[in-house]
Amino acid sequence: MKVKPVNHARAAEAFIKDTPHLTFHDERLWDLRQKRDQQMHELPEWQELRTLASQIKEHTLANLPEYLEQFEANAKKNGIHVHWAADGAEHNRIVGEILEKHGAKSLIKSKSMVTEECNMREYLEPRGVVVTETDLGERIQQLDNQMPSHIVVPAVHKLTPDVAKLFAEHYHTDPNDDDPQSLAWSQRLAARPVILAADAGMTGGNFVVAETGSFVVCTNEGNADLSATVPGLHIATLGIERLVPRMADLGVFVRMLSRSALGSPITQYTTHFRGPQDGSEMHVVLVDNGRSHRLGMEDFWTSLKCIRCGACMNTCPVYRRSGGLSYGAVYSGPIGAIIDPTFNERKYSTLPFASTMNGSCTNVCPVRINIHDQLYKWRRVLAEHHELPFVKREVMNMAGRLLGQPKLYRAAISGTETALGVLPRFALYNWLNPWGKNRELPHPVKQTFHSWYKQNRLKTKKKGEDA
Amino acid sequence: MPGTGVRMKIGLFVPCYIDAFYPKTGIATLELLEKLGQDVEYPLDQTCCGQPMANSGCNKDAAAAEALFVKNFAKYDAIVMPSGSCAHHVKDNFDAIPQTDEVRHVRKNTYELVEFLHDVLKVDAFPWAEFPHKVGLHNSCGTLRALRTASMSELGEPFFSKPMDLLTKVRGISFATPRRPDECCGFGGTFSVTEEAVSAKMGVDKVRDHHDAGAEYIVSADTSCMMHQQGCAERAGVPIRFIHIAEILNGARA
Ligand code: SF4
Repeated sequence: MKVKPVNHARAAEAFIKDTPHLTFHDERLWDLRQKRDQQMHELPEWQELRTLASQIKEHTLANLPEYLEQFEANAKKNGIHVHWAADGAEHNRIVGEILEKHGAKSLIKSKSMVTEECNMREYLEPRGVVVTETDLGERIQQLDNQMPSHIVVPAVHKLTPDVAKLFAEHYHTDPNDDDPQSLAWSQRLAARPVILAADAGMTGGNFVVAETGSFVVCTNEGNADLSATVPGLHIATLGIERLVPRMADLGVFVRMLSRSALGSPITQYTTHFRGPQDGSEMHVVLVDNGRSHRLGMEDFWTSLKCIRCGACMNTCPVYRRSGGLSYGAVYSGPIGAIIDPTFNERKYSTLPFASTMNGSCTNVCPVRINIHDQLYKWRRVLAEHHELPFVKREVMNMAGRLLGQPKLYRAAISGTETALGVLPRFALYNWLNPWGKNRELPHPVKQTFHSWYKQNRLKTKKKGEDA
Repeated sequence: MPGTGVRMKIGLFVPCYIDAFYPKTGIATLELLEKLGQDVEYPLDQTCCGQPMANSGCNKDAAAAEALFVKNFAKYDAIVMPSGSCAHHVKDNFDAIPQTDEVRHVRKNTYELVEFLHDVLKVDAFPWAEFPHKVGLHNSCGTLRALRTASMSELGEPFFSKPMDLLTKVRGISFATPRRPDECCGFGGTFSVTEEAVSAKMGVDKVRDHHDAGAEYIVSADTSCMMHQQGCAERAGVPIRFIHIAEILNGARA
């Protein structure tokens, strides 16, 4: 059976109907965008940093095999076990085996989009491993059985009363106490014992440094540090595109990451992991999962430059009004719309169309990914691969033919009667119907410009001749 | 005659929705260019620039419209249109047909009205224009981020605005500043119907933002955005009016 494309429009419509959630979501993310702007204004070299960041990433991606091998060699020298995973299944198997070898039954983890990509929790839990997210937002999403709706602020689509209800269900706290302080405190109380008793810890990695064989994790809650250091077994899942050649390159990326993401100069914690602590083990799993395929796509490979700051989502007027879950994918918003189709072209064929192509995403992207150009290019690819809905294809085909023939076109726009004779009624109507749901139609006028011109210019120029 | 005194043979392109629903905008564009001493013709066989098909991914379906566009406009020194998104398509994406010398000539000499007045004719006065109202300027994403007729808030570049430069030459006009000046209004071509809910929500947010800032009118170089915004404003009961920049520059008083 063929998979069905994600119905972004319908999910977005449902999201919009809930005014309090929608308003908070839109304002909260817009606020992040404004804070990001302020940070940008404080750094006169901002545009230069973006250029540098883009160049470093493009250079690294163009020489990825060499840098990966350099990282592997150096990491091993540091005493890190290095594993390679071609896809999500292999990643999960590797992690499962490491845990099994250590008899580990409980895993605490900090946020990692790659493990979401691999559906790791779904793999480990039936095998008897209890996985606990330690990032507050991510934990909220885990308890609610939902994907993260944003790559930096995973539960941004929820209001505090939603969290209070959820915590009451799971932590038996007061469902009416939605004070953020006490909610955070409940999470802390619930999480600490789990963290202290955990058998293994997992983190992602924001940057992986080839020359030192180390990796860097940036968080605001310090939960990655706890996850990595408390249990004595640290597994880090790293996307292969996270690589940078040198330690010095971090001077560019660390300066941009949190400024772009949250409009703060730096994350509270920027931790460099160089090797295991005494008496403990450190493993890294380098995950491909479609990345090298993407690297070979001429128009789309630069999407691998992404440092997952979420700035494109915060600025996106469509994302802010539809919520991350409406994209039905691990990655949502503008960056999601250009990388999700590389995972499943049919399922995510609708996402490049969930955009007005306004281009704001491209402007905020700290690594200068031409996001809106890629959206445009994806539309072409999807049309060529027949991944467009039938009606849309038909309407465009008819419109294209109509617009190539001036006489037919004139007949069509000079009166509705004729138009209906020219365009099959069902197509025209189905297609345009939604316009009027929340909008008035333009007012009819007595005379088109075309006919005004003939009357007022041609008649005076060439007397009596009706062109 | 205000400006450089250049006189060009201009082909006027009037997009379908202006032709059918907003003829006043077409008329104002024509009259304004004539007042500025230009030799303007409107080729009668024109239809569309091909943008709707191309933006939907159906680039091949844009070929006939693009070929016809070139046939209609190849003979002019400049092709001018009161629409940023159409100009953006012709300049930046018009590639469904082979790129002959004729096609290249057309693409290179296509201008959105504001950039034509500002950059080519360098008009320094509109002595006939007076608009005693507070207006909110809407830069469409096509004019703002593709044609670059104004500075973009995301880049932190020094302020500039070609439409504002022109409008400040109009007597009596004043400006309202919305909270989110660069935010897209949600029209987006076929997006307006395929993503109806998001599109309409963006539209109503946009018109409220201008209205709250005290604007009596929203003025723009793009009729398509305004057609959508007007539809949203009327349905939501936001009392604000809409006018194309060509009409103000041509001397409309209201
Ligand atoms: S595409 Fe750019 S703006 Fe979006 S998350 Fe990635 S790095 Fe950030």
